[in-house]
Amino acid sequence: MAKITYIEHNGTEHTIEVKPGLSVMEGAVKNNVPGIDADCGGACACATCHVYVDDAWQAKTGEKTAMEESMLDFAEGVEPNSRLSCQIKVTDALDGLIVRLPESQH
Amino acid sequence: MSEALSHVVIVGAGHAGGSAAAFLRQYGFEGPITLIGEEPIPPYQRPPLSKAWLKGEADADALALKPESFYAENGVDLRLNSRVDRIDPAAKTVHLTDGNSVSYDFLILATGARARTLNAPGADLYGVMALPTAADAEMLKAALGPGKSLAVIGGGYIGLEAAASARALGAEAVVIEVQPRVLARVACETLSTFFQDYHRARGVRFELNVGVNGFEGADGRVTGVKLSDGRTLACDAALVGIGALPNEELAKAAGLTCADGVVVDLSSRTSDPSIFAIGDVSRRPAPLYERDVRLESVANALEQAKQVASVIAGRPVAPPEVTWNWSDQYDLKLQIAGLAVDADEILVRGDPASAKFAVFHLKDGQVRAVEAVNAAPEFMAGRQLIASRRTVARDKLADTTVSMKEVAA
Repeated sequence: MAKITYIEHNGTEHTIEVKPGLSVMEGAVKNNVPGIDADCGGACACATCHVYVDDAWQAKTGEKTAMEESMLDFAEGVEPNSRLSCQIKVTDALDGLIVRLPESQH
Repeated sequence: MSEALSHVVIVGAGHAGGSAAAFLRQYGFEGPITLIGEEPIPPYQRPPLSKAWLKGEADADALALKPESFYAENGVDLRLNSRVDRIDPAAKTVHLTDGNSVSYDFLILATGARARTLNAPGADLYGVMALPTAADAEMLKAALGPGKSLAVIGGGYIGLEAAASARALGAEAVVIEVQPRVLARVACETLSTFFQDYHRARGVRFELNVGVNGFEGADGRVTGVKLSDGRTLACDAALVGIGALPNEELAKAAGLTCADGVVVDLSSRTSDPSIFAIGDVSRRPAPLYERDVRLESVANALEQAKQVASVIAGRPVAPPEVTWNWSDQYDLKLQIAGLAVDADEILVRGDPASAKFAVFHLKDGQVRAVEAVNAAPEFMAGRQLIASRRTVARDKLADTTVSMKEVAA
């Protein structure tokens, strides 16, 4: 299990044990963490699972695909540490990961 | 009765119904929620049934909308294997077929749509199926594999996705379509041709301009599809994907206004102020297109689930979104935004031969819809252009050296 902390835009923290193999998005949705909508269920089709990856963790979450990059390009409030959380696979190496959620996914 | 103590009853435990329950809690609604579903399993996502799940890339857990514990933990009384017999709007009560009844302050109808069936001899043979439920999808998955063959009746998105998934599993696939091209009702010719070519190159056969008269079987199992031109195509499974019908019978019987879907306003309210209808079963206004539409998509189900949850939780309802949908076939991601209606011009950006292009549907120089194949910037910028309703620079839109950022700027 990897412990992931999701921090809502209002500061509320949710620390959750997520099974490796799931995505960071699934960890949130399956535990009802508000702020990650994931309308398309993880198909990289909607850009409603946008998160900011804590600086210390950016390298460990891997590279963005071209598809993810272009989806993010048009999302709101995008920063260099923006990711689509459906595209980050949870592994043991991500134990302790911290992601922050944007104010809105639309 | 105060709003906080209202009892919400949701009929239909699919993507829309399950999401409505979740949004109600997320928006702070504290009253009791009863979620009634016919199927034996808690709400799940349907899109993967013809996509990742069918190919074996997603398991049952991944399909689930929420973990099973979610409902009890959040005070949602989830009643599975339960069917509503009728609604009594005067008494604000729903009567279940098991004899129980539940009273409501707010009723949300999320009964979805059912697959249109083929009224033809042999349609009841084992192996002839539609794809509305996880149980059907299980049957389909079990029937596919190397050496097996799938006949898809109806060249719509679900049929094409199933054909692609069948090929991925090593099965033969043939798509039978009565129209001269696949996606005839939903896409322009450029897109139809592109998908047909892409599927053909991956071993899918097409039988176009031909109807289906029935099915042949042996020992109760389908063995072939009888075509209207007299031929019979052998198959181990037949998927009928010829559209869907709204499950609006309960609403009709309760006297709610229906017109191929339960008619609702932009807060998902029906003609009875205490009753809402969301998802595939509803017919809703599409203000950008000045018409009412029945949309079968996750985006619509979620948008309407948020609308009704907002009303009941006392929050402002968000303005309507540009509707969107997607389809996964092989390595193709098709993303569709808007409704391709009333267009007076079709503009293709990019080269279909590169499998990376977008079809824009324009009306009076404004983007009304976009179908983007492996073209996320076109999809994302297209959504913004559709919402803004401003006249787009055609020359820039057609020129792939001009970025979509610049086109939409």
